Amino acid sequence: MTAGRLRFALALALVLLLEALSRFGVIDRFAMIPPSEILWHLGKILSGGEMWPAIGKTLTNVAMACIAAIIVGVILGTLIHGWRSLRETLDPLFAAYYAIPVYAFYPLFIVIFGLGDVPQVLIGFMLALVAVIVNTLNGLDRVPRVLIKTARIQRLGPLATALKITLPYAVPYIFTGVKLAVAYSFIGVIGAELIMSRTGLGYEIGFAYNNFDNAVMYPLIVLVLAIAATVNTMFFLWEKKMLARRRK
Amino acid sequence: MSEVHVALRGVTRVFPATAAQREVRALGPIDLDLMRGEFFVVVGPSGCGKSTLLEIIAGLNRPTEGAVTLEGNPVAGEVPEGIGVVFQEDASFPWLTVTDNIAFGLRQTALDKAEIATRVDHALRLMGLTDFAAAYPVQLSGGMRQRVCLARTLVQRPRVILLDEPFGALDQQTRFLMGDELLRLWRDSGATVMLITHSLDEAGMLADRIGVMSARPGRMLEIIETRWGEERGSRVVATPRFGEITARLWQLLRDESQRAMAGA
Ligand SMILES: Nc1ncnc2c1ncn2[C@@H]1O[C@H](COP(=O)(O)OP(=O)(O)OP(=O)(O)O)[C@@H](O)[C@H]1O
Ligand SMILES: [Mg+2]
Repeated sequence: MTAGRLRFALALALVLLLEALSRFGVIDRFAMIPPSEILWHLGKILSGGEMWPAIGKTLTNVAMACIAAIIVGVILGTLIHGWRSLRETLDPLFAAYYAIPVYAFYPLFIVIFGLGDVPQVLIGFMLALVAVIVNTLNGLDRVPRVLIKTARIQRLGPLATALKITLPYAVPYIFTGVKLAVAYSFIGVIGAELIMSRTGLGYEIGFAYNNFDNAVMYPLIVLVLAIAATVNTMFFLWEKKMLARRRK
Repeated sequence: MSEVHVALRGVTRVFPATAAQREVRALGPIDLDLMRGEFFVVVGPSGCGKSTLLEIIAGLNRPTEGAVTLEGNPVAGEVPEGIGVVFQEDASFPWLTVTDNIAFGLRQTALDKAEIATRVDHALRLMGLTDFAAAYPVQLSGGMRQRVCLARTLVQRPRVILLDEPFGALDQQTRFLMGDELLRLWRDSGATVMLITHSLDEAGMLADRIGVMSARPGRMLEIIETRWGEERGSRVVATPRFGEITARLWQLLRDESQRAMAGA
């Protein structure tokens, strides 16, 4: 637990340093406001209630992108794993996938799907999807042959084998993909909102930035950080609990 | 014990050449009848094709030539109903508790919950796993995990039980105890058992008949009848007959093992 405490102390020291630098005028108020003021403004924004629709919208879109990517990714991963020639065709594409700037397609999505939520969700989904597929494939590759033989002895068909043997075995690996999917969904959705949408936290941050409104921009950035950190911690604890049964 | 249960005729297995390896003639030709209700033990030098033979009987692996029949029906690359296998490698499911591992096969059937629970409890007791019912495989020793796999197979009450060195990870004493336990289960179930083992003692004390295999490609060199009746297991280890059997096994296998080592 000492490493955890050290981390906390480090974070606290950084915040205090920022506070001091801002208070003594080393950091310009136009560049950044002191952390204590950020928190105070954040409290005001949250209690004022005008930001809740934006927060709700962003979280809903992130959740939709993420959940869709996990479901579709696991299904596609399982199908691709069972289909050898398709796998050999796609493997190099997966490897190159994250070299593609998905945001470049954003204007195209807007032309096709309009200015609603679909383009943002689609960006988050596309960023997250391949991480889930790749990690599902990795997990399925690691299933010991003797477990496949056991499935055949139990006379399970392909679907039952996937649901009852190979996917459960692969869960810890798939989970790595899920954690990435969560991160990529946040990045995708908030990034898309920031660039070209009229709603959501990303849009509000961008709006505040364009109006030099640091009293809104910084609190919202901190809010995004806090949400991401909370979700990440939740998944981390869940993973730890799950792995405790599987590993010594 | 006069009816043929499993029949192999001219069975061979050749693994075709791959980029990494030349063609391997792993097995046969083998002609063999397993009689209904008998305890058949297979011994043979390492790599002679014992596991391949087991997989062919189970329908996991197709013979290159020849045919296998179970209860008169051909087994061809499709696992027939009524066969149970315990593999040489650990096949426990790491994401399930010991109880859920053992119940796995039964839960694929229409059997009602109470019956499943009864059978699983009974198996836990027989295998000495009651205290570990809620444990996960990672918390068990290798020998205990193998017992979980054995229990998972036995609770399904297969008519043919194929065992690939299930006690490989156990010490001599525990091996003998498990051997006695296996004999009791076999008698109660009336199943036909084929057990693969490296231990000549185990072969000598458990079997009705012992099939001794040659070095690769494995053929049946000789089939030894033990002529044990009810009286067998660790109790017969001190008898002269047991000494004769293991001496004969040793004699047959010494040359073959040398040949296997030279060929490897
Ligand atoms: N899938 C496979 N592809 C290619 N060769 C194989 C395959 N399975 C087995 N072999 C080869 O067939 C031969 C017999 O293997 P098998 O596992 O049946 O031997 P075994 O008698 O069970 O050995 P052990 O006593 O060490 O368990 C070995 O030479 C092995 O390398
Ligand atoms: Mg083997």
